[in-house]
Amino acid sequence: MSARGDSTTKRADVQAASARAVKVRRPVTPYWRAVGAIAWKDLRAEFRSRELINSMLLFTLMTVMVFSLALELDAEARQTTVAGVLWVTIVFAGLLGLSRSLASEKDKGSLDALLLAPIARSALFFGKMFGNLLFVLVIAFVLMVLLTVMFNITLIHPLLILLVVLGSVGFTTVGTLLSSMSVHARSRETLLPILLMPVVLPIVISAVRGSTAVLNELPSEDWMPWLQLLALADVIYIAASYALFDFVVEE
Amino acid sequence: MAYSDRRTRILTGLTYAALALFVVAMLMDFFYVGPERQQGEAHRIFYVHLGSFLGSFLAFGTAVVAGIAYLRSRDHKWDTLGLSAVEIGLGFATITIVTGMAWARPIWNTWWTWDPRLTSVAIMWLAYAAYMMLRTGIEDPERRRRFAAVYGIVAFASVLYTVIIIRVRPDTIHPVVAGPTQADPEGAFEVSGRIRDTLFFNLFTFAVITVVLVWHRIRLENLSERVARRKMEVLADL
Repeated sequence: MSARGDSTTKRADVQAASARAVKVRRPVTPYWRAVGAIAWKDLRAEFRSRELINSMLLFTLMTVMVFSLALELDAEARQTTVAGVLWVTIVFAGLLGLSRSLASEKDKGSLDALLLAPIARSALFFGKMFGNLLFVLVIAFVLMVLLTVMFNITLIHPLLILLVVLGSVGFTTVGTLLSSMSVHARSRETLLPILLMPVVLPIVISAVRGSTAVLNELPSEDWMPWLQLLALADVIYIAASYALFDFVVEE
Repeated sequence: MAYSDRRTRILTGLTYAALALFVVAMLMDFFYVGPERQQGEAHRIFYVHLGSFLGSFLAFGTAVVAGIAYLRSRDHKWDTLGLSAVEIGLGFATITIVTGMAWARPIWNTWWTWDPRLTSVAIMWLAYAAYMMLRTGIEDPERRRRFAAVYGIVAFASVLYTVIIIRVRPDTIHPVVAGPTQADPEGAFEVSGRIRDTLFFNLFTFAVITVVLVWHRIRLENLSERVARRKMEVLADL
């Protein structure tokens, strides 16, 4: 470390030193218990206030209505567009939840307390992520039932559920990472979608193509590559978020 | 931290060299290489297309390296490098897209199609445009540098996606110059003879131009920082 350039300021030195000090501190709570506790805290807060899940559900209902009215689809067109409607709605409803998840912590001042807690920073990340994932999955399954009824296409299918879970994992992982950055921005509500969209588009594309192939009962070589791409993207995004979250929240 | 005369002289020399290389590369594109058998004259734009993509690839790759180096060392110079690389890369990516469209009009008979390759390159462009938005959105300079480094690393996923997608998807019509492809692309051709000479010369030229432009952008950033500091000093004296 002594071979660093002399242009670094003293302040940066102090910061780097404190960052190193953070790294060596020993968390006392077992890792997964910390993860569970944070996710459970978010769920309990949500269960009591119901402010997020209600708005997300209502938003979902409205989006599906807008789609069915705007597209005026016949039965055949519905078959090819339903996966797109499903994923666009999941992404936009999910954005509502993601932007609230860390913004509410920051506004209440509880984010600092969470960061001070003697747990690994990545445990905080995964706790937040599992909380967000659960919201997105609830929305996704309500949506699947809703679309099954309103579009008259059975979406409850094991493969489709697998695709939805894989897609949601990727979306919430990178969404949690980026929303923990966008909470510090001046206009955080507009910044999060801008940051998130390009990064999740590969996931959305894979999920939509895979879902459409499954819905049209195409052979496995038509949906398998998309499923693999989705799983690969999940692994990459989880690894990247695990490695980078420490740098986002250090202060 | 005045910019040394020696470094300025090296940069000026490199700039002239890059200009000379660019002129030679253009002459090769238009006169050395003949019209392609099937594509005719439209084929000439391909050298700029691939060259500018190489430029953006190098620049975005540099941004990843600079991001990792910044997060490890917290040295401002890495952040300047990352910012400069992303700006230059975004410019090159725009050139890649525009030249690609100009080529696609006569060859594919459309300016744009949602081919996997075209989609992924559009995503890549958006990701780095979002990087610029992130930088303007965060006020605290230390936090801005940190977040920019993180996003620069995450956004590189879109570059990898662009490179990989035409090699694994069978439904693309975009030609692949090097490496295997599963598809039957429209407008592919054999790289040999004069085409290969011109291609390699153009790639080399664009790599040099990328280095020169990034260097200029770093210099500009350092100079504007210096001007800002001098302004503060003058204001403090008043």
